[in-house]
Amino acid sequence: MTRDIALVAFAQTDHRRSSDELSEVEMLMPVLHEVLEQTGLKTADIGFTCSGSSDYLAGRAFSFTLALDGVGAWPPISESHVEMDGAWALYEAWTKLLTGDADTALVYAYGKSSPGSVRDVLTRQLDPYYLAPLWPDSVALAALQAQALIDAGDTDERALAAVAARSRADASANSHAQLARPVPQGDYLVQPLRTGDCPPIGDGAAAVVLAAGERARDLCERPAWIRGIDHRIEAHGLGVRDLTDSPSTRLAAQKAGAFERPVDTAELHAPFTSQEIVLRGALRLDDTVRVNPSGGALAANPIMAAGLIRVGEAAAAIHRGDSDRALAHATSGPCLQQNLVAVLEGDPR
Amino acid sequence: MPEVLKAPLAVEFPFTRSLGPVQSAFLTGLRERVLLGVRTTDGRVLVPPVEYDPVTAEEIRDLVHVATTGTVTTWAWNHEPRRGQPLDTPFAWVLVRLDGADTALLHALDAPGPDAVHTGMRVRVRWAGERSGAITDIACFEPCDGEDTVITVHVGEFEEPVTGIVAPARLDYTYSPGRAQSAYIHALAERRTVGERCPSCRKVYVPPRGACPTCGVATTEQVEVGPRGTVTTFCIVNIKAKNLDIEVPYVYAHIALDGAGLALHGRIGGIPYDQVRMGLRVEPVWTQGARYPDHYRPTGEPDAEYDIYKELL
Repeated sequence: MTRDIALVAFAQTDHRRSSDELSEVEMLMPVLHEVLEQTGLKTADIGFTCSGSSDYLAGRAFSFTLALDGVGAWPPISESHVEMDGAWALYEAWTKLLTGDADTALVYAYGKSSPGSVRDVLTRQLDPYYLAPLWPDSVALAALQAQALIDAGDTDERALAAVAARSRADASANSHAQLARPVPQGDYLVQPLRTGDCPPIGDGAAAVVLAAGERARDLCERPAWIRGIDHRIEAHGLGVRDLTDSPSTRLAAQKAGAFERPVDTAELHAPFTSQEIVLRGALRLDDTVRVNPSGGALAANPIMAAGLIRVGEAAAAIHRGDSDRALAHATSGPCLQQNLVAVLEGDPR
Repeated sequence: MPEVLKAPLAVEFPFTRSLGPVQSAFLTGLRERVLLGVRTTDGRVLVPPVEYDPVTAEEIRDLVHVATTGTVTTWAWNHEPRRGQPLDTPFAWVLVRLDGADTALLHALDAPGPDAVHTGMRVRVRWAGERSGAITDIACFEPCDGEDTVITVHVGEFEEPVTGIVAPARLDYTYSPGRAQSAYIHALAERRTVGERCPSCRKVYVPPRGACPTCGVATTEQVEVGPRGTVTTFCIVNIKAKNLDIEVPYVYAHIALDGAGLALHGRIGGIPYDQVRMGLRVEPVWTQGARYPDHYRPTGEPDAEYDIYKELL
């Protein structure tokens, strides 16, 4: 590792079921301004800008180009986009800073799920030959994984309900969360998953600023140093994988250095209660680790931003001094197909 | 604040995809009621088959005939089938490991209720009445009382193999253009053109999108511009667009409405195409019931000086 890189600012919108009155750029702009304000940087000071979003949520081609209006792209900026969760945009920005081509980076992500049906939209990311023509929706696929866990004796419906209750209770301290109070487990949406096991559908955006070396100390009192990031992927065929495990998460965590020393906090991108069970196992998290003190994706799950928010929440815990070493995880694809793990640390106190 | 507009938006596309040799054999097999898997070098049989080993990335082509019966490896009961799903009555999503295979295939299981489904249960393929070489040639699975189908050797060669699929996809949205563009569209209905001024650089954006792309700040101050404007640049269109009732050649131009900080585009009419020029002064022509100007025509004023519009090219 040639340079130390830290996350120095994080902002997110209030996540809401619907934000009709706002275009994507109108929803995004306040968080862009907020992270710049936290650091005192102006757009022109930023070395690299990278975003994550999805045209399928917007229903329009190249929708991210309009969101760029919120950044201020004149004089011309160095910019890139991933059609994925913003956590992967952060990964790209991190590698850009590692090369020394830039000292600061702005990373943002947004998703407005309210215009369409997110369960239908997500079917379009599946294998187009064998899966997509059957339209298996995201809840159904997560339910197959949940049943596999129940059959394996790794969890039961009561344990899943406990994950849901803990997440929403913790979210009461998070003013941005969409569900910040206990939610009834409700009826089966797709058995064995009940409404309470599933994330809320909502609109939202998030942004972070990364900085290298001394720049990070100038911009932030207690930078959240990124000690490692890695992301790994598994076969897209669900029937090829063991749905009760997440070897890609484990490998990403290992490569990111997560197992070298214990973490005190973990922000896991587990939109479904059952996925937290899988991730805790893969990451060997025991009860000494605070998992999702923000409430996690069960409290607010703006598609394409929820993973970046996990990294942002982990970093914010370090900024506040609530954590010294935190793990952040983001996922994409059905049943935890792709996973990113970042390890963040504050300076010793 | 005027009401934010909303309209239904359907995005529909018949995705046409070509198949590799293994996918082609598998989907042609479904048409012929034959189930094929592919064998990896270490001897595992993958169903549905893929062309590259998911573990080693090695190219694999060794087709294997597997049974139409199998075992459920996991399931989920779907109370409310959604559009496009295999059955329109409540059903179970299942991963099924077919006899002879080492991996599982995702499909639907027709069963009376969740109590009739469990992991480990035996199921068999129910074929669709009409088959074309697609995963939907399997209508669904159904519970099976135990008899196994006979597996024969099959080389995976068929007459008239399927080499591609058409996978129609449709997603429905309710589109809202947001506050700024709603205000623009509302004003157009009154034949007025409204932009928004950037509080920082003072440029007036038409149509407004709620943000100044140069400064990256919100625009809020509404400014009425036009109706007259200046042609800043133009091109002559010589190719007739399909379904467009405009005679060629015609002129398509960038028009800087008076007071606007950037040009919008429109068609120029009321003047021979070869007499349109930069600096020409124009005004909008509205047709009855239209929601935006049909075209722009010369006002008869003297041409604008180049210096006046050179920043707006």
